[in-house]
Amino acid sequence: MNLHAVKVIYYNEMLRTWNTLLQSIASPVISTALYFVVFGAAIGSRIESVEGVPYGSFIVPGMMMLSLLTQSISNASFGIYFPKFTGTIYEVLSAPISFIEILLGYVGAAATKSFIIGVIILITAAFFVDLRIEHPFWMMGFFLLTCVTFALFGFIIGVWADNFEKLQLVPMLIVTPLVFLGGSFYSISMLPPLWQKITLFNPVLYLVSGFRWSFFGVADVPVGWSLAMIAFFLALCLGVVGWMFKTGYKLRQ
Amino acid sequence: MQPIVSIADLSKTYATGHTALQGVSLDIAKGEILALLGPNGAGKTTLISIICGIVNASTGSVTVDGHDIRSGYRHTRSAIGLVPQELTLGAFDTVWNTVAFSRGLFGMPKDPAYLEKLLKQLSLWDKKDNMLMHLSGGMKRRVLIAKALSHEPRVLFLDEPTAGVDVELRKDMWQIVEQLRADGVTIILTTHYIEEAEAIADRVGVINGGRLLLVEDKDKLMAKMGEKQLTIELRESTEAVPESLANYSLQLSEDGTQLTYSYDVRGERTGITSLLQDLSSAGLGVKDIVTRQSSLEEIFVNLVEESA
Ligand SMILES: Nc1ncnc2c1ncn2[C@@H]1O[C@H](COP(=O)(O)OP(=O)(O)OP(=O)(O)O)[C@@H](O)[C@H]1O
Ligand SMILES: [Mg+2]
Repeated sequence: MNLHAVKVIYYNEMLRTWNTLLQSIASPVISTALYFVVFGAAIGSRIESVEGVPYGSFIVPGMMMLSLLTQSISNASFGIYFPKFTGTIYEVLSAPISFIEILLGYVGAAATKSFIIGVIILITAAFFVDLRIEHPFWMMGFFLLTCVTFALFGFIIGVWADNFEKLQLVPMLIVTPLVFLGGSFYSISMLPPLWQKITLFNPVLYLVSGFRWSFFGVADVPVGWSLAMIAFFLALCLGVVGWMFKTGYKLRQ
Repeated sequence: MQPIVSIADLSKTYATGHTALQGVSLDIAKGEILALLGPNGAGKTTLISIICGIVNASTGSVTVDGHDIRSGYRHTRSAIGLVPQELTLGAFDTVWNTVAFSRGLFGMPKDPAYLEKLLKQLSLWDKKDNMLMHLSGGMKRRVLIAKALSHEPRVLFLDEPTAGVDVELRKDMWQIVEQLRADGVTIILTTHYIEEAEAIADRVGVINGGRLLLVEDKDKLMAKMGEKQLTIELRESTEAVPESLANYSLQLSEDGTQLTYSYDVRGERTGITSLLQDLSSAGLGVKDIVTRQSSLEEIFVNLVEESA
């Protein structure tokens, strides 16, 4: 195991964050505050509580999920796309490192960064609303698994994309809509029956529901399904990454 | 002695269907400096990229230091340093960070003292905290060399190291190459310039259209180059070379008006004086004399044209 390599890739990626520290911290704080103003204050004044949870608190897990998904994907995809784009990837390809080590470095750093952002959102939210976490162990589990899984997913997108447009395509056109439609800011029980059924096909619903359950003990779908969904997606990403590395897909000609 | 790099029947066809290498075999001895000469698109970079692990070979195999580049990639890649042809560097890193990054990437523990020595040797020390994007092209080239040497490789690939480089840096570069050679590092460099190959290489390989056309000791090539031709234009044509001139192994042109004499410029005596005397004793009048030297350039051009 070339631990030196994992370490330098990881640090290098984290350094990028460090160099834009203000932006990295300020943007999740500001967007969280905005969500509370828009959803919490404006809508929350009309909806008192959802399934016994005050609306302001209710949206916290969904808000976190939204950030975790988009941040993990964009960090990891950018992290690997950029050296590909500038050509500096040659060095990584010619180094005595295995694909596992490349993944640990790039995906580890992206997941760490979104984890930190998640914590910042949580702390910011605690200033606005009362937060209780009923199942801290499960909450941590969902939190970490989401960071890692979607960083992996981002890595795949970064390897696949051969221009900036493609890099933005999946997060913008697929992930963000799915998160918004996946019950981040509402319970699907608030939807008409038909839409409830349709929403069940949205994989993000399961993530949000499971995460919310770990906070408040209320869920749209059984928590086992949520776990199964994230485990399935993690396995899928690992499979795709494994295949990419084996074939050298878009990395090694 | 076992070669440090051994290439056997290597071919590469890119996804586009273009065959960039065809059946290249080559052994490179430990400690030698090999220059690969070839025109644009010859396959030089492709060959290097395969050995370094950036491109997958289609067929054939390569061993470095006795290990296969696929199954023993950790060993082979640790032994190799690569200075790429393009100035591929990040933008926002500092010189020091990027060189330290390379060292770590190649599995070596931190060693600030070594990096300091390296940066000083490459006249980069006072630039160590500069951002890469603020460096000039020549400085970037130096940084790439520093990165390639950061993990103390035993085989160094220099892909067109002097493209776009001024005289100063070129001199520095040859000095570094000399130093590395003294340390026993094997160096493979590609170039378009024959003088460059002449100046520093022990052996010269000529590659074109994905084929290795020739690999020869530079001295042997130089010997060929040392050969000069003297063409004597006669006043009147002659049927045959006179008996008295048999010792000179002269060649008579078809129309009988030109005699060609080959000699070695580095020989003790060229024999030109006596030839001219013997010519006039044989009754042949000389109209004009031209000498011509076959340069490495010419050998190279001939080879490339033949293979085209
Ligand atoms: N990634 C690629 N996909 C398809 N064809 C490629 C690729 N890389 C190189 N080639 C082709 O393979 C051939 C050999 O290219 P290579 O870069 O090895 O040449 P070279 O000898 O290094 O040339 P130069 O002196 O210009 O650097 C060229 O015809 C080139 O167009
Ligand atoms: Mg080239």
